[in-house]
Amino acid sequence: MDASGDDGMSGAKGRINLVHLYPREMSIYGDLGNTRCLASRLRWHGYEPVVHPHHPGSELPDDAHLLVGGGGQDSGQARVEDDLSRNADRLRVLVDRGVPMLMICGMYQLFGRAFITVDGRRLPGLGILDVTTQGNAKRMIGPVVLDTAYGDVVGYENHSGSTVLAAGQDPFGNVKHGSGNNGTDRTEGAATANVIGSYLHGPILPANPALADALIRMAVEQTGASFEPGEIDDNVADQARTRQIRRLLR
Amino acid sequence: MAVVAGKAARVAARLKGGGSALPGLVVERIDPRFLAHALSDLPRGIVVVTGTNGKTTTTKMLVAILRQHGLRVFSNPTGSNFTRGVISSMLGQIRLGGQVDADIAVLELDEAHALKFAATVAPTHSLLLNVARDQLDRFAEIDQTAELLARLAEQTTRGVVLNLDDSFISRIRQQLADGVDVCYFGVDPSVAGRLPELQEADVRFEDAATAPEPTSDDGLLKPSDERSFEVVFGDRSVGPLALQQRGLAAMINATAATSMARMLLGEGFDEASVVEALRQVRPPFGRGEVIDADGRPLELVLVKNPAGFTVALGTYGSTPVASMIAINDNYADGRDVSWLYDVGFDSLRERGVAMASGVRAYDMALRLRYDDVVVDEIEPDLGEALSRFLTVYRDEPKRIFCTYTAMMRLRRDLAERYDLPEFGAETTA
Ligand SMILES: [Zn+2]
Repeated sequence: MDASGDDGMSGAKGRINLVHLYPREMSIYGDLGNTRCLASRLRWHGYEPVVHPHHPGSELPDDAHLLVGGGGQDSGQARVEDDLSRNADRLRVLVDRGVPMLMICGMYQLFGRAFITVDGRRLPGLGILDVTTQGNAKRMIGPVVLDTAYGDVVGYENHSGSTVLAAGQDPFGNVKHGSGNNGTDRTEGAATANVIGSYLHGPILPANPALADALIRMAVEQTGASFEPGEIDDNVADQARTRQIRRLLR
Repeated sequence: MAVVAGKAARVAARLKGGGSALPGLVVERIDPRFLAHALSDLPRGIVVVTGTNGKTTTTKMLVAILRQHGLRVFSNPTGSNFTRGVISSMLGQIRLGGQVDADIAVLELDEAHALKFAATVAPTHSLLLNVARDQLDRFAEIDQTAELLARLAEQTTRGVVLNLDDSFISRIRQQLADGVDVCYFGVDPSVAGRLPELQEADVRFEDAATAPEPTSDDGLLKPSDERSFEVVFGDRSVGPLALQQRGLAAMINATAATSMARMLLGEGFDEASVVEALRQVRPPFGRGEVIDADGRPLELVLVKNPAGFTVALGTYGSTPVASMIAINDNYADGRDVSWLYDVGFDSLRERGVAMASGVRAYDMALRLRYDDVVVDEIEPDLGEALSRFLTVYRDEPKRIFCTYTAMMRLRRDLAERYDLPEFGAETTA
């Protein structure tokens, strides 16, 4: 808790613009916790987070340093599709610039190449991640442990779409417990440049601070500065994560 | 034949100390029409109470009101709200012809099971409380849950009581069969400002359909202070009265039960009897139950979804006491703990949390950390945690917020320690 107090240094290292895409429509199952986690950790590291909720119809800020998005219900997803395609070019510019993005569940699917509905209709996505999702009746639900570039990551999946990576598309992680993208090839999520897509709720960031800090590092680097981490006591997060891992991989 | 086999299984399950749903399973296998037959001849009908939050409390209140009016009421016991649980609880109350010996049945059923039940026996009446996210493993989406309730209402034959203030529920009116009576319960405009604390905003969208104007058949809650209130029907009213259970949510449950009772009883509805009945309703097991712990009150508060936890914090937050939070993630709790991030814990900041416990104790502590709530101790083992909590805070009032299976375990320990009636013992009346 030591680093959370106001030590007079808060925000001194610079301002970071954090954009939450569609917090009303696409942040079911606690995904808002990712935004909360990033904002708090930025503060604890000595930066000043500015959270921009992006709603359908509003303008995406040009100086975004970090983007997050979550899962939604079908009704929520339908409400954001137009706005997303309207902003597709701007999002691609941000991706090329190396802006880190974390897209969970429904937003992960929308960042993919396409979604094929149960009755065979093909709904195009942004194509930022080269993945295709097939809607199916079977839901993949349960706790997950992944092996990722950021170490073991824990979370909870709850999705009916089954996602397949195109040749050459890297996954976000390999499944050690759970279903992952499709329940068969042991891959989970997708990662391209600084964009990560994943099915993991939990929410994913609080119990996986290494992943949160990796996103923060990339966000800080977007400002032209290099990341100077503060001292954060992550004992509780580490306990939460390692206990889940021990329990699930037993 | 089916009745005898079920009764035998019930005895066997009791001997093993088994769960309440097992004997029902046996009967259901033998004769799926058992349920339909047993409930077929109830003169005053079959009432289903459903919705995400408040089912148990509302059912208990409605049963008490009807009994106070002299009706013989059959009801399923708390915590056994599945079709099988209904059958199990019937076995003790069945006549020789295989029918339940009562005037009316009032059944608490969860959304999915209510629909399953209706496929076998059409309810004459249903009381639809609210829709919120719960048990994500079973119902993926709030839209889907709302759809289940709408389909239940469509199959109800005589009368439906709807929540005026929950747009998912109030709009169900458009889907009812011709000739089915409709009434509403809701809050008086003077307290409408407090509704958001009872609902989740994040997954609701603005609704084009406007709520109907209440009439004198609809019950509106009018609180006079934190504890006492009236239920107003046009220029008549029930109350003022105070419940044993605290908070706005309990008052709304009482309003829902009163509105349903008024529809069921018609001319026979007696305001004084309602007041008398509601006053005596004890909080159901774990729903704000107050236990005498070494001479100090210990409140046990069940939390199972974001809306419910938010309501609980709103209800109890005004009187901070030593608090423990116990989170398990078994099937009955909901296996995903993500929902803790859809609850704001600011109201606990000033006093902090003495103990985080349960299988997901560390996840709970981590969640609290992000709201700057200090946690004194983290102990996943429930027995250990309870014992420490009761010892360290022996001389002050205490409160435990807990998920379902954590509550079962804690309640058992507390029953042993303070000689309380066991779970289920209070429901035999
Ligand atoms: Zn999901």
